[in-house]
Amino acid sequence: MRTYLGLMFVGLLLLCAVCSFLSDVFLTWPNFLNILTASATIGLLAIGASFIIGSGGLDLSVGSLMALSSVVAIQFSTHSPFPFLQTLCLCLVVAAVAGGVNGFLIGRKIPAFIATLGMLSLARGLALIFSNGRPVYGLPDSILFLGQGRVIGIPVPVFIFLGIILFCHVLLRHTKFGRYSLMIGDNVNAARNAGIRIQRHLIWLYAFSGMLAAVAGLLFMGRVNAADPNAGMMYELTAITATIIGGTSLSGGKASVIGAVLGALIMSVLQNGLTLVNVPSYYQQVAVGIVLIVAVAFGQWRGGHAATN
Amino acid sequence: MLLRIEGLHKHYGGVHALDDVSLSVDTGTVIGLVGDNGAGKSTLMKCVTGAEKPDHGSIVFDGQPIGLTPFDSRQAGIEMIYQDLDLCLRQDVTANIFLGREDLVHLWGMQTPFMNHKAMNESGRALIQTLNADIDVSKEAGSLSGGQRQAVAIARALLHHPKLLVMDEPTAALGVREITKVLNLIRSLKDQGITVILISHRLSDIFEVADRIVMMRHGKIVDDNAVSETSLTKVTQRLMM
Ligand SMILES: Nc1ncnc2c1ncn2[C@@H]1O[C@H](COP(=O)(O)OP(=O)(O)O)[C@@H](O)[C@H]1O
Ligand SMILES: [Mg+2]
Repeated sequence: MRTYLGLMFVGLLLLCAVCSFLSDVFLTWPNFLNILTASATIGLLAIGASFIIGSGGLDLSVGSLMALSSVVAIQFSTHSPFPFLQTLCLCLVVAAVAGGVNGFLIGRKIPAFIATLGMLSLARGLALIFSNGRPVYGLPDSILFLGQGRVIGIPVPVFIFLGIILFCHVLLRHTKFGRYSLMIGDNVNAARNAGIRIQRHLIWLYAFSGMLAAVAGLLFMGRVNAADPNAGMMYELTAITATIIGGTSLSGGKASVIGAVLGALIMSVLQNGLTLVNVPSYYQQVAVGIVLIVAVAFGQWRGGHAATN
Repeated sequence: MLLRIEGLHKHYGGVHALDDVSLSVDTGTVIGLVGDNGAGKSTLMKCVTGAEKPDHGSIVFDGQPIGLTPFDSRQAGIEMIYQDLDLCLRQDVTANIFLGREDLVHLWGMQTPFMNHKAMNESGRALIQTLNADIDVSKEAGSLSGGQRQAVAIARALLHHPKLLVMDEPTAALGVREITKVLNLIRSLKDQGITVILISHRLSDIFEVADRIVMMRHGKIVDDNAVSETSLTKVTQRLMM
């Protein structure tokens, strides 16, 4: 894993070198901060995806949960005396409950793919209903600060991202929550027979993934100045791609937070670079799709290699 | 009396895997559970550990009705080494030994949520050593040989001094030297007062270590004898019937 992360880092640097060769703007401080801010949103989702995929699951609903949690939170905290606290709590609770429902269903043998695909549609629909299909404006200043503020010249999302990276890395490597997630992905029968309560764990795991999506949603709405019911569309795909580039195996049992973050950086640099050289966003979607398939193919090949060694 | 099973029934679709099974086990004995493939031996023991839920019947362990999940049965002091060993092959040996029983770091007498990797590695290593196995506990379980995997599964089961240890075909995949090790281990567990139920096809193994032989056929117990009152030939004949 260590060597793989090293390889990824070299890949990221190479990608940066290519981008700076193609565009004069790429290697500037403002653009660097741009990339970091963009990677915070995708990175949070990718971290969640690394836990989920490490557990042998899949969460396709995170993009929709970003939108639903932010729309609901803003709609119901406009006249609150504590707008920040109320927005934050509502955001987290809404996404955690929706994620918990995912986990509950998956614990009852509904395939994760189906349960979260349903939630993708359901949550997006609810977000559109609660907002009448239009972006909700009038965000509290404190939320704008989360998305746009700067401390010592560095965007606030970057600090939040760093804090959550550290938290999640510790969660994955040093707590039972992280370990059980991987054990379930590795051999669910072994985990069950060893006394791990699988159904309960899955509820918490998917709620956790939802909450990371909620934080991503907070940062996103702070950045674009509105709770947009169409926010986060297709983000799940970019996040899963980032996670898989990051060395998390689709067959479960292995995951890396740092890998997911490097993957998110690579995806952000790629999108940023493509934008700078004026590739239209439609083509960028094509690129994401290709990267996803190539990353999975490479992962399979790497997995096969490790198994035969 | 450590374990009392009464009137156990279990169906899988149309298969009557357990048909009114009753069995009592005394503390400190070694029971050999034999029977043809599909007789219901594994299913019976899985009902005891909570890995399967019986349709009917009662199980009392150590004076208490047993809970219905693996969590409850492990709490109560029941450990089972399943036939497929139940290892997480992509995790290291220590993680496998401590699965479900992780040590946490304590600070000023208070439990933190953080796992104590150092303590687990040390006691994992020590436990593996007492089993006379030579395994690097930081290696992935998937990279171990069959005998080593068996040792890891045994280490997990013995970690917290169980009252009852169930072993499902523990010697099926082992070589002669390793089989001897397992049999010696069972003897030493018996000396420590741990009750063992050994499911095995190898009657010779059972005759070496068991006090009592229980035979199953088509989901029923058809024979139940003290080892001293029967013989290898008799049991073999009964099995062939
Ligand atoms: N999970 C299962 N699903 C369906 N049938 C099962 C399952 N487990 C066991 N059986 C059936 O129950 C019967 C008893 O199986 P088992 O307890 O594994 O026998 P043994 O361990 O004595 O070989 C067999 O007919 C087997 O096919
Ligand atoms: Mg069996």
